Amino acid sequence: MALKKPYQDIPGTTIFDADMARIGYHLNQFCMSLMNARNRERFKADERACLDEWPMTEEQKQAVLDRDYNRMMSLGGNIYFLAKIFSSDGISFQAAASTMTGMTQEEYAQMMINGGRSPDGTPATGKDTAHG
Amino acid sequence: MARITAGVTTSHVPAIGAALDNGKSAEPYWAPVFAGYDFSRKWMAEQKPDVVLLVYNDHATAFSLDMVPTFAIGCAAEFRPADEGWGPRPVPVVKGHPELAAHIAQSVIQDDFDLTIVNRMDVDHGLTVPLSLLFGQPEAWPCLVIPIAVNVVLYPPPSGRRCYELGKALRRAVESFDADLDVQVWGTGGMSHQLQGPRAGLINKVFDNDFLERLVNSPEELSRVPHIDYVREAGSEGIELVMWLIMRGALNEQVIERHRFYHVPASNTAVGHLVLENT
Repeated sequence: MALKKPYQDIPGTTIFDADMARIGYHLNQFCMSLMNARNRERFKADERACLDEWPMTEEQKQAVLDRDYNRMMSLGGNIYFLAKIFSSDGISFQAAASTMTGMTQEEYAQMMINGGRSPDGTPATGKDTAHG
Repeated sequence: MARITAGVTTSHVPAIGAALDNGKSAEPYWAPVFAGYDFSRKWMAEQKPDVVLLVYNDHATAFSLDMVPTFAIGCAAEFRPADEGWGPRPVPVVKGHPELAAHIAQSVIQDDFDLTIVNRMDVDHGLTVPLSLLFGQPEAWPCLVIPIAVNVVLYPPPSGRRCYELGKALRRAVESFDADLDVQVWGTGGMSHQLQGPRAGLINKVFDNDFLERLVNSPEELSRVPHIDYVREAGSEGIELVMWLIMRGALNEQVIERHRFYHVPASNTAVGHLVLENT
């Protein structure tokens, strides 16, 4: 019998559960390899060659090359592991998060100063205060 | 005998550590965050705990996907600040208390909580940012620290109820340790935040302030809140808040609230902080 996953209908959210961890194991372990400075240099020199050393799916590799974080998460990536990629790129957590929302970094940073985004997904405008 | 004197909760946002390390704490964006801890640093200097049991989560630093312990206790003599990809934070090495840690493991495992024993581990911002917020920038941390790492990265993390009960087991363990020690328990992480997907940037002030209130005054009831409520209302990473219940379980049913602070935002996250004393 399948286990219930009541979190699957939360909008704009992928929960990294044990099934996703299974699918994303090699993708996430590749990310861990970027904790090492030498591996970061090798990755910067030839991203494709580095990715080909891991038994990842072609879709997963392409998502990394495209820096498509939403896609990486749909293929089993977890944000704390994927953070090793954008850290290697010299990009902040806030800048990386903005790329997942379709906002510019400036728009996203302003939304946070205004109070963030409500659980239904609505960005704070600075005028409403119910959630933000 | 050792005794638990107080509990602290605080967010552990990495950008807070970076702001402090890079001399930006007086900037208009960060000043209100650090001001929220002014009272606590003075209080801490008076309290002078001997040991802090510091409940936190590792963020794909010490634990890759090769091994993911649900609860782990650091039994080493010291823990180095981790290189999280841009070099270790310039903060002191964390000194442990191996005898007390071993005693806690012995006690708590026999009390039905199966802690993983860790004898070598670097500690990331989840552990060092709270130390910076409460102690500032000393040459050496002024107390010993026993890291208690909780998996909140790979779903499902332990339930709030399980965390609350673990806090009670930690208290029994500490109180059976035959040494005159003042011990604090810190619960870290949270508050509402979501770092991923189109819903990234989630903040829920209503949820957070309700959580702060119930953690102080009705923790028993709060401990029964299911995971789905945290994830839906406080964001996929807001689930870190279950760790605060470990701190609360280790304290008396009635506590004295010394300090409460709430601020939005620090980078992607709502910052919450409590200082509670046992009566």
